[in-house]
Amino acid sequence: MTTTVLTVDDSRTMRDMLKYSLLEAGFRVLQAQDGLDGLEVLKTETPDVIVTDLNMPRLDGFGFIEALRRDVDRKSMPVLILTTEVDTEKKLRAKAAGATGWIVKPFDPVKLVDAIRRVAA
Amino acid sequence: MDSLDSIREVFFQECDEQLNELETGLGLIQTGATLADTINAVFRAVHSIKGGAGIFGLDELVNFAHIFETTLDRIRRGELATSPQVIQVFLRAADILSDFVNAARTDGVYNLAKSKTVISELKHLTSTDPALATDERLDEVSAETGLLKLPYWHIIFKPFPSLYAKGNETMLLLRALERLGTLDVKIDVSNVPELQNLDPENTYLSWKIALFADCTEDIIRDVFEFVEGDCELQISWIEGDTKSDGTFEQPDIDMSKFELFTLPQQVEETSAAAAMSTNNADQNLPDQQTSKTDTTQHVNATIRVDLDRVDRMINLVGELVINEAMLSQRVIEAGIARTSSVAIALDELEHLTREIQDSVMAIRAQPVRSVFQRMPRLVREVAAQTNKQVRLLMDGETTEVDKTVIERISDPLTHMIRNAIDHGLESPEIRVAAGKPAEGTVRLVALHRSGRIVVEVSDDGAGINRARVKAKATENGLISSDATLTDEEIDNLIFLPGFSTASAVTDISGRGVGMDVVRRSVQALGGRISIASRPGKGSTFTLSLPLTLAVLDGMVVTAAGHTLIVPLGAILETLQPRERDIHALDHNIRVLAARGGYIPMIDVAMLLGYRHQAIDPTKSVALLVECESGTRAVLLYDTIQGQRQVVIKSLESNYRAVPGIAAATVMGDGRVALILDVDAIITSTRMATARLERPRIEQTLMEVS
Repeated sequence: MTTTVLTVDDSRTMRDMLKYSLLEAGFRVLQAQDGLDGLEVLKTETPDVIVTDLNMPRLDGFGFIEALRRDVDRKSMPVLILTTEVDTEKKLRAKAAGATGWIVKPFDPVKLVDAIRRVAA
Repeated sequence: MDSLDSIREVFFQECDEQLNELETGLGLIQTGATLADTINAVFRAVHSIKGGAGIFGLDELVNFAHIFETTLDRIRRGELATSPQVIQVFLRAADILSDFVNAARTDGVYNLAKSKTVISELKHLTSTDPALATDERLDEVSAETGLLKLPYWHIIFKPFPSLYAKGNETMLLLRALERLGTLDVKIDVSNVPELQNLDPENTYLSWKIALFADCTEDIIRDVFEFVEGDCELQISWIEGDTKSDGTFEQPDIDMSKFELFTLPQQVEETSAAAAMSTNNADQNLPDQQTSKTDTTQHVNATIRVDLDRVDRMINLVGELVINEAMLSQRVIEAGIARTSSVAIALDELEHLTREIQDSVMAIRAQPVRSVFQRMPRLVREVAAQTNKQVRLLMDGETTEVDKTVIERISDPLTHMIRNAIDHGLESPEIRVAAGKPAEGTVRLVALHRSGRIVVEVSDDGAGINRARVKAKATENGLISSDATLTDEEIDNLIFLPGFSTASAVTDISGRGVGMDVVRRSVQALGGRISIASRPGKGSTFTLSLPLTLAVLDGMVVTAAGHTLIVPLGAILETLQPRERDIHALDHNIRVLAARGGYIPMIDVAMLLGYRHQAIDPTKSVALLVECESGTRAVLLYDTIQGQRQVVIKSLESNYRAVPGIAAATVMGDGRVALILDVDAIITSTRMATARLERPRIEQTLMEVS
């Protein structure tokens, strides 16, 4: 069965790059531009993994994860955050918000896929 | 959007937007509007450019953006005030950033000296260690400690409820561990309460794991990287039976409660949710006990063997088959009764030899998946180039076929798929106008059919434009203008050399080759290709290939004292020509009235130069054969010896290529027999007689086929 990944990022470059790498790896890809958009997508779709940026307009990654964890139907969905630097503080904040794991940007496609496989059932 | 170039294009477009945003934001801050939103927007602009640049390996741009971003972050945190001087530095930095982007866009080299001043100004604004800005990313790579020599890693793992609440999963962690080495996993179910007391949100299970792997603790800790703080984790080395270090002996875990589990299937039952079912677990567990050796065997289930070794074995088995056949023949010649014990033992030997042959061939067999896997990407690329929407459906990827066949169908298949999208499918607008979904479908299917592999490439496009194909073929002199052809024959014209309907040669399916090249490469593999097309509904190309290139089912015949093999796949019928059915067109072309038409007769012995006097057809055996294109001929021989599976030996590598001969084989009596290339024989004869054929004859011939 194809693994579906929802990518949430306000940068089109990053969205496209994620999509490119993920399609190459054989995943199905859904896209959202920010947290609110991501929650909108989740009303109709049930991805296996979510990959989200933290810094986004309207609703940032922390808010998005918190909203997700409050949703009874989606609270156990794996969410990976994208962090540009190894920012321990940001990682801990994201973990506290309920993030499953993280991917360090700029990401290596192999590591990206590896991280997704680590959390995708 | 799939090619890297177009993503790069998007990146630079986005850079322009972000640079604008940056400029606007800095302008606003300059006017004194230090709103958090504005600062965030400025920070995000630099951050986004940095993120994208990292993907494309624009290291200098990344480094600069990183320093810029670090300084902006201080403003964001309120650690730095937005004084006019600071804003000036930022505006200069924005200019440098823009220069970097432009240099990267044109693949130019940016003069780093220009950025140095601004970098030092930026670093001056960050009171903390400026070196940190560029160096901290290096910390990601953790130093690896030396390999430890102890027999196994002992891991105790107790997930907390928060682990599952954050979407992590024990099963996946165990699977990740399993990739490091061999696992013995024991699960402690002693803490699981009665069902009525069970809180589904709580965790009651813990795992005790023995990992037999040559890896460092860091690598194991990496597996648990995401769940740090969400579980209790103890990792320790156990050296043989010495349990001097008692840290892993948990007093609160009763070892008798541990049961052995094997990965991966059973582990799926051990996730948090499965804790509920553990009331029954005690009864079930003993059944699931498996010794560690099973896991080891599973790991060693495949071996890698040099292909040359397999090929040498295949060759030897081929020799064995020939030798066995020779022995059988000698026994028969010696007058030994078929019911004698020698003959019966020989029969058994023959069975065994065939079985060995099949088993050896199976070693070379591989699923066609390796070729099919490349197709989704091809489809995406061609779809993007042609501005068409295409969905690729694949079936039968696990169908197995000889490795050589797999390697050699890749090119024809690629071409057929390009063709299906480029020529087969219509543009989305035309499709919608024709009442079809905008997205076209290309199906790629592989299956086994009567000892051959069949690969079908079908599309739901417009189908073959027969009027255009016929006009083109007439124009190119491939058929005469008044030729009457059936739809099927028109469709098959696209396989003729020198045929191409594309008015402009596209670089997609063009590449200077046409379907004739596809057909030739398929035929070179002993395969056939055909097309079925329905106007408005689409076309289906069917490729049929032998499963192996090493053996061939053939009819053994004699012509002027020489033994020849005719591939069984080409033979339609055996005929006994009668005098009244034979018609002479001129002194060296004769046709046979058969199956309601006239079919040219070819005296094979004469064609190969075995004799110079044509055989009397009524005294010969005639085989009605058909070549890949559907053209038929009657081949004349002296006698038929029988049907036999022969081992193909290349004539080219042992002697040289001979026109009309595909390969050779060694017969039971030790003599070499040539395998006929039916297609080449028919084609060469047809070319020689083409100019003599009258339209009437051509028409009747076509009706036959």
